[in-house]
Amino acid sequence: MKLKIKHWLSLVLIGVIFWLGLLSLRPATSLAEETEVLHVINRLSFGPRPGDIEMVKSQGIDAYIQAQLAPDSIPELPQLTQELSKWEALQLTPVELFTKYGPLEKKNGQEPSLEAQKKQQQEMTRIRQEAVNARLWRAIASGRQLQEVMVDFWFNHFNVALFKGPQTQLWMGNYEEQIRKHSLGNFRELLGATAHHPSMLFYLDNWRNTAPDSPGAKGQFQGLNENYARELMELHTLGVDGGYTQEDVIELARILTGWGIAPRGGKGDGKSGFYFDEQRHDFGDKVFLGTTIQASGMAEVEQALDILAAHPHTAHFISYKLAQYFVADEPPASLVDALAQSFQDTNGDIRAVMETLFTSQEFSDPQYYNNKFKTPYQYVISVMRVSDTKQPKLARLNGILIQMGMPTYGCITPDGYKNTQAAWLNPDAMLRRLSFGTAIANGSWDKRQPLDPAQLSKTLGNKFSGETKQVIETSPPNLQAGLLLGTKEMMYR
Amino acid sequence: MKRRKLLQYAGLLTAASLIPIGMNGWAFRSVAQTNNPKRLIVIFLRGGVDGLNVVVPHQEADYYEARPSIALPKPGEKDGVLDLDGQFGLNPALKDIMPLWKQGSLAFVHACGSPDFTRSHFDAQDYMETGTPGVKKTQDGWMNRLLAVLPQGEITQAINLGDTPPRILMGKMPVTQLATGKKGTVPLPLDQPQINEAFDRLYSGNDPVSLAYQEGDQARQILLADLTSEMKEANKGDPLPDNFASDARRLAKLMVGDARTQLGFIGLGGWDSHVNENALLTRLLLPLGEGLAALAQELGPLYSDTVIMVISEFGRTVGENGNNGTDHGHGNVMWVLGGGIRGTQVYGAWPGLAESQLYESRDLAITTDFRDAIAPVLTQHLQISPAQLSQVFPGYTFQTSPNFLG
Repeated sequence: MKLKIKHWLSLVLIGVIFWLGLLSLRPATSLAEETEVLHVINRLSFGPRPGDIEMVKSQGIDAYIQAQLAPDSIPELPQLTQELSKWEALQLTPVELFTKYGPLEKKNGQEPSLEAQKKQQQEMTRIRQEAVNARLWRAIASGRQLQEVMVDFWFNHFNVALFKGPQTQLWMGNYEEQIRKHSLGNFRELLGATAHHPSMLFYLDNWRNTAPDSPGAKGQFQGLNENYARELMELHTLGVDGGYTQEDVIELARILTGWGIAPRGGKGDGKSGFYFDEQRHDFGDKVFLGTTIQASGMAEVEQALDILAAHPHTAHFISYKLAQYFVADEPPASLVDALAQSFQDTNGDIRAVMETLFTSQEFSDPQYYNNKFKTPYQYVISVMRVSDTKQPKLARLNGILIQMGMPTYGCITPDGYKNTQAAWLNPDAMLRRLSFGTAIANGSWDKRQPLDPAQLSKTLGNKFSGETKQVIETSPPNLQAGLLLGTKEMMYR
Repeated sequence: MKRRKLLQYAGLLTAASLIPIGMNGWAFRSVAQTNNPKRLIVIFLRGGVDGLNVVVPHQEADYYEARPSIALPKPGEKDGVLDLDGQFGLNPALKDIMPLWKQGSLAFVHACGSPDFTRSHFDAQDYMETGTPGVKKTQDGWMNRLLAVLPQGEITQAINLGDTPPRILMGKMPVTQLATGKKGTVPLPLDQPQINEAFDRLYSGNDPVSLAYQEGDQARQILLADLTSEMKEANKGDPLPDNFASDARRLAKLMVGDARTQLGFIGLGGWDSHVNENALLTRLLLPLGEGLAALAQELGPLYSDTVIMVISEFGRTVGENGNNGTDHGHGNVMWVLGGGIRGTQVYGAWPGLAESQLYESRDLAITTDFRDAIAPVLTQHLQISPAQLSQVFPGYTFQTSPNFLG
């Protein structure tokens, strides 16, 4: 896919000018250490672009954090907004997408022609690639970096695998838009958005979940399916040690009977693809996590989601994962507790929890600087950012991620991609990272001028050890940019 | 300069190597000679190959009735199957492996597969690779767990030939990854001596990242040495053929040349034959048969210490569909090759193809769980213990295995 990004430079300039405007309104932290600035940039964004360090320095760390916590206050690059507004994967409703590009149905008992089937496959591929490209492009170019980082975090928390079926391929862009919308919002609303989304209900099989003796129990709807009920507690809310029992799983599965999808509309609201089928619902009372839930159909699910979102185990589980993502593979317990407290005090206000995190003592503790090993996604995006790539070749970039074992939306298991060093550091990964970094540095990957090591070094700031500097300085000048992108320091954020 | 370095690495590898410690790091450990030369290669046909048109039940009237357009003719007829044992016949596109059948190192297990009901490629492949049908949360693959239980004190490695690390090899043990076809021979920037030397200096330490780099670099040097000789053999430096046989040869060479590599995996896609199945099968089976024969040949003496298994996530409907193809089904045929195999035999109880004998009235039933077919390869061939077998396939109660290892 070719993206013509004209006037990129002027857009960046506009962005910088905007920031300069902002900073005049806020007090700058004059003594901010470059390392601390770099730490904040590394954790709130996918890494510095040229000028970012200077920008945050003059703006002040607090002002930068506050701005990132309010993504709507940051104007999006017009080029990005304009281009994405043309992509159907992000613009059409799930029902529109499935009706237009879903698998073809028989007409008058006739199989669709091979040509028509081929066409359908092509269109579905296009939609799928639009979603992937949008994800990567935003991560590279959006000024709302924290929002994109939160999308990475929440998407993996509420993971859906792209290739489960045509449904997930067609709806991925729409699903991610829902996550993005709530990524710094309220947790209960985020949870509700995923619970209503047909992608999730298809991926975790709840669309089949049916009360065995209900009038609708026939054909492909043959009884309870516990899959979503279990993951909803284990992965999305309480955590595996969240104190629920197998009985609770069954009760929640009963509550979720009939909670399904209508890909072609007709039923439901005709847009979202969500559909609650009363005919397949279990209309008995349930006892879920100690609370009796009166049979009432859809409202039972909302009640169960309320219970789960407000549960202290949920606050703790989410807090642990956030602290692990933003601070350390084994996060300090004090921080996790503080976040959980904030989560409960604010009824799951994600923005407030993140503010607690970013202003915590632990977050600013230098022992946690540059200690998070980047996932392949984080590494690749950070390289694109630091090299100031004007026209990212997005499909090829996803190809690199596929080779690195982290295709976009490709995590098959519902627990999503990990973000720890143990999960991603291995010999093959290192060779692939260094090869990619070198190809970017010498310009061969995207046919441009070799990168200037001095510029790179300036963009990346003072994060290199004496040994690293020494090796780079004593290497031939034409290798220095590649070495910079391949340093140990660059592997961490 | 590069050559000297290669020799240096070659020396290093025989004297010492790296093994993973826990999940976080690597450490040097001196190696005695490998005393278990046994190897396992798994070839996964993704998309669900139609086992009924690979190992064809040519004595079954039901087979011919259910597939009026796509049934393969009986042995001796025009384009007929190659008779195996009077009951089954081989798709003629697999003629290249008939010598292995005749020489007794090729067997099949029919009506074999995963017991889970799913007909989703996605779920079925996942289950067969994690080795835990019905359990979606298993993160690692059974070959990676196998790698972890192979005898301690030996350096064992697994190698994947393909672009994407497959689920079957995912897990805590490191796995070497090689691109297939021409891509596998494309030089990396890192191969340039100057760049390589600079990164060697950058990553000369003992921290986890440096150790991972050093390990990866060594594996690359072995591969480069192999590629160099392969290129020499190729005529006047012509590009290498981009096909399975060439990949299979490369895998065999690596296994012969590097005693550490005990496990190999290759995934081959494109078997989802909903449309014009026989043309598709001919196109794909020819190179597969050629490649398997090449693999056996290239392994040479090591072939007698190697088991090669060809598996696929599910079989296909017994009846043909409206497009001269078949749809997603259930039971399938597993292929087993190797010098130690009691071949020339089709194993597994044959459930029959009458409608009442079919799974959900449409698919070949399963009489051998795929784990029961793999078990003897792990216990008898690779010699892991029953307790270790339970680690590789957790939660499974093993039934009788086909005795193709005698």
